[in-house]
Amino acid sequence: MSTPDIIDTLAGIKPGSALDAIRAKRLQARDNAQKSYLSLFEPIDAGDVSLLERAAVAAFVTGLHGESPVATFYREKLAATAGGAALLGAVDAEITRGKTSGPYGSFPAGPLSIENAAGLIYRVSASNKSALGVRLVSALEHAHLLVFRPRDAASTDMKALLAAGWSNTGIVTFSQLVAFLSFQVRVVNGLRTLAAATA
Amino acid sequence: MSATVNPPVVFTQDELGWVSWIEPLPEAELTERHFAGLVDRARAKSEYFRLLVRDPEVLEARTKTDKDIFYNVADGLPRAERELAAAATSRYNGCIYCASVHARFASTYSKRREDVQKLLDEGVNADLGERWNAVVKASVALASTPIAFGPDNIKELRSAGLDDAEIVDVINGASFFNWANRLMLSLGEPSK
Repeated sequence: MSTPDIIDTLAGIKPGSALDAIRAKRLQARDNAQKSYLSLFEPIDAGDVSLLERAAVAAFVTGLHGESPVATFYREKLAATAGGAALLGAVDAEITRGKTSGPYGSFPAGPLSIENAAGLIYRVSASNKSALGVRLVSALEHAHLLVFRPRDAASTDMKALLAAGWSNTGIVTFSQLVAFLSFQVRVVNGLRTLAAATA
Repeated sequence: MSATVNPPVVFTQDELGWVSWIEPLPEAELTERHFAGLVDRARAKSEYFRLLVRDPEVLEARTKTDKDIFYNVADGLPRAERELAAAATSRYNGCIYCASVHARFASTYSKRREDVQKLLDEGVNADLGERWNAVVKASVALASTPIAFGPDNIKELRSAGLDDAEIVDVINGASFFNWANRLMLSLGEPSK
């Protein structure tokens, strides 16, 4: 029987349940999904990406996936982070503005071009820019690209983040954060779905 | 760097290189903290891993999650089908580099190279037989945003012969590639 980790908590997996036993067969993956979460949200060094930035990006990214226990968890984390309560209104409004369906975007020009699919090129609204600040504005715009149209990513997107004050290391941590959440929200959804189909 | 890049324009099982758009750490600057993050010391030769090692704790946890999901085959789903989930996710998200690596693995472990190529050429609606179709469809449903995975996917995986532990391997493998694809696609680009 395992002590519940963040995925168990979000997916509603109880100690001693059938899914708890299945997850125990991939103990290294289980432990390291938890370590990934902890190293992103309780990092040794938050010098390149602040805790507030991490929480704001997490609330935005999980919110873009729709209402879920995961989105609620990260919204509450933002509210509980120093400076976070002041950002909730802007982040909520940007989630509403940014919601769409993915993945879409373009392939390198050639035979795959027929699969190109157009969609929202999200930009933060003018009215929320001052509340969020330059770094978070660029982060939310890039996070939206990563969530919905990762195949559109280009070197110019890296330049935009650098120009907004993100360091190379900060870009790596921020990209890991969005990519990790893309994993976590799916594992939780998948395990919840399986649990419901087993009950 | 960019002068030497020759990006592929189709999905392929060929070996590709990968070139970073931002600065990886120079090999000479790696410390023991970084080597712990790399997990395998040989990864210091890879531009991709020397970039991700800028955050060593996250890289270490990511790498160990990855390895257990794909390499721990003491039980559960055959490796070939975990790789199929990775390749299908990558095909759907549009990660030509990730798809090349995991399509090769899927071919190696399944001995069904032509079916794997059909997935790359025709896309995620290619007909690969009931069991593989169920794995691909579940992977695609998980990769969609909003997530489209539901009870019908579980039903299809079960009727294709997967038990719940194997379904968890599909969920883990497909979900993990929503992590991997986003890093590979956004921090640099593949090169032939």
